[in-house]
Amino acid sequence: MQVILGQFDGPEALLDAARGFRDAGYRKFDCHSPYPIHGMNSAMGVTRSSLGFIAGTVAAIGLLGAFYMQYWMSAVDYKVIISGKPFNSFQAFLPVVFAVAVLLSAFAAFIGSMVLNRLPRHNHPLFSSRNFESVTDDGFFMSVESGDLKYDLKKTRELLQSLGGTNVEVLET
Amino acid sequence: MNIIKAPDISKMHEQPLIAGNPSFHDVTEKISGVVESGTPKLWYALISITGLLALMFFIILGHLFLTGIGIWGLQIPVGWGFDITNFVFWVGIGHAGTLISAILFLLRQRWRTSINRFAEAMTIFAVICAGIFPAIHVGRPWLLFYVFPVPNQMSVWPNFRSPLLWDFFAVGTYFTCSLLFWYLGMIPDLATIRNRAKNRIKKIIYGIFALGWRGGNRQWRHYELAYLLLAGISTPLVLSVHSVVSTDFSVSVLPGWHSTIFPPYFVAGAIFSGFAMVLTLAIIARKAFRLDNYITLNHLDKMNKIILVTGLMVSYSYIVEFFMAWYSGNLYERFTFWSRATGPYAWAFWIMVFCNVVVPQIFWSKKLRSHIAVMFVASILINIGMWFERYVIIVSSLSQDFLPSSWQYFKPTIYDIGMLIGSFGIFLTLFLLFVRFLPMVAMSEVKAVLPQANIRHHGPEAAELETGKVRG
Repeated sequence: MQVILGQFDGPEALLDAARGFRDAGYRKFDCHSPYPIHGMNSAMGVTRSSLGFIAGTVAAIGLLGAFYMQYWMSAVDYKVIISGKPFNSFQAFLPVVFAVAVLLSAFAAFIGSMVLNRLPRHNHPLFSSRNFESVTDDGFFMSVESGDLKYDLKKTRELLQSLGGTNVEVLET
Repeated sequence: MNIIKAPDISKMHEQPLIAGNPSFHDVTEKISGVVESGTPKLWYALISITGLLALMFFIILGHLFLTGIGIWGLQIPVGWGFDITNFVFWVGIGHAGTLISAILFLLRQRWRTSINRFAEAMTIFAVICAGIFPAIHVGRPWLLFYVFPVPNQMSVWPNFRSPLLWDFFAVGTYFTCSLLFWYLGMIPDLATIRNRAKNRIKKIIYGIFALGWRGGNRQWRHYELAYLLLAGISTPLVLSVHSVVSTDFSVSVLPGWHSTIFPPYFVAGAIFSGFAMVLTLAIIARKAFRLDNYITLNHLDKMNKIILVTGLMVSYSYIVEFFMAWYSGNLYERFTFWSRATGPYAWAFWIMVFCNVVVPQIFWSKKLRSHIAVMFVASILINIGMWFERYVIIVSSLSQDFLPSSWQYFKPTIYDIGMLIGSFGIFLTLFLLFVRFLPMVAMSEVKAVLPQANIRHHGPEAAELETGKVRG
């Protein structure tokens, strides 16, 4: 995989460049910053993350699962008489249901975000650029991957420079 | 290198969240600098002390496992003493960290960004200390696995009606969620330290935990939604976990315990003592690491206000408890509360009242809210008061229950006190390790709330709502 990397002055410059690439039809590019920039999602033309659905579904599974687990354990498998109270009591089961639903959805949110981000990934070509190390400090960058349909070594490079990119590098896997 | 110039502060309308007008690079240098520079001698001195206290804890723990919980001052009727007092104390402290991390995030309080990382760390360490006590206070710790709903040799399942079991699920969930939330938030900052590391081993270790973070927007958007979800999940946990812990007492029949006020009363108390602990640690940290520009007097002022509010809630709860004890006409209830104030535990009761009701009133004064030494002393007194609150609730109600012939005064043993002090040793050791090796301020979040982080446009782009963009 080949990646073209360009550096920008600040968040505004990066937003403009993102819009430029989005309008030019690029899909596999990314804008790197030390913090998430307001307005970058629409500037890049990306949609909302689907993590909410994942976490919500898992929470529902946890909820129902925890209810059923307690019901089966308390009212079916080994009924223990506790001061004559009903074996099946949803009120008594609620605290554990809530805890399990929350726990599973926390795992879903965390693991889901890692899977969607395809992390951990320690061998990305971007790590071979020394300049790129400032992305966590105060650097703003844009990278375009060769998997993009519109990718062309010369044209993409020119577009990047015309939109204000400096220190343009071409990185290989 | 492209340096983002900090804008002219005279154009700022609100008080700057971070004083001193730092650039992004300044933030990186300041916070990473703490982790990257050598270990100060004071750190070694402190961790030797706290480490010794922690070691003492584990030695006593060995003695406890070998001999039994009789080494504590427990007797009949006082079956719960320092063990459960310490448990509730530490869990309560943890809740403030989650409030700062999660609830203030949902409320778009941008000032949280300089304190949320170490407040959340404090939560995790406090919950670790808390979780030890219920585990070791059982008479047969080798059967502790009974709390797990797994098939066992007796074919029994846990008693899901018991708050003691709910505790296991609630505190376990709370610990796990807090850990995930804290770690997720740290990934970009671990990447920062990874990128700056000169030493190869450091680079590899921080690199492993940074998971290959590249700071791309495609990653930020999933990260941000995960952060929002975890904040949304942790928020109800603050309320539910301590409510569940309070039900340990309120579902019983003991006078002084059997009260519906316990869940909100305990939650308010938890936030009260937790913020006092955050304040203690924040004052020390900002002095030791010269973070005055990040943890400003404004931050401390806001924390003091929260302490005042929750302190008033706790005071109100005391008044309601006394009122309801009298109003109920129930002899046992009336006696219990009268005994708390005038009986054998009156010394503990009045320490509690002084520290929890009287001391926070100083925070009505703006001048005192800005005075560091006053705040520091007050925060320590409040924590002492809150420990005594749990002690008074637990021990006084148990010691003088329905049948006077059963009454017995509780005397803690050296091991009770040793474990209390030792638990502070564990907490502070973990905290010192955190401060030395991990970024104690959330760099990426601080950068995001600096004035130069987001340029306001006046076009249609600005009006669009973004994914999880709750950063104000």
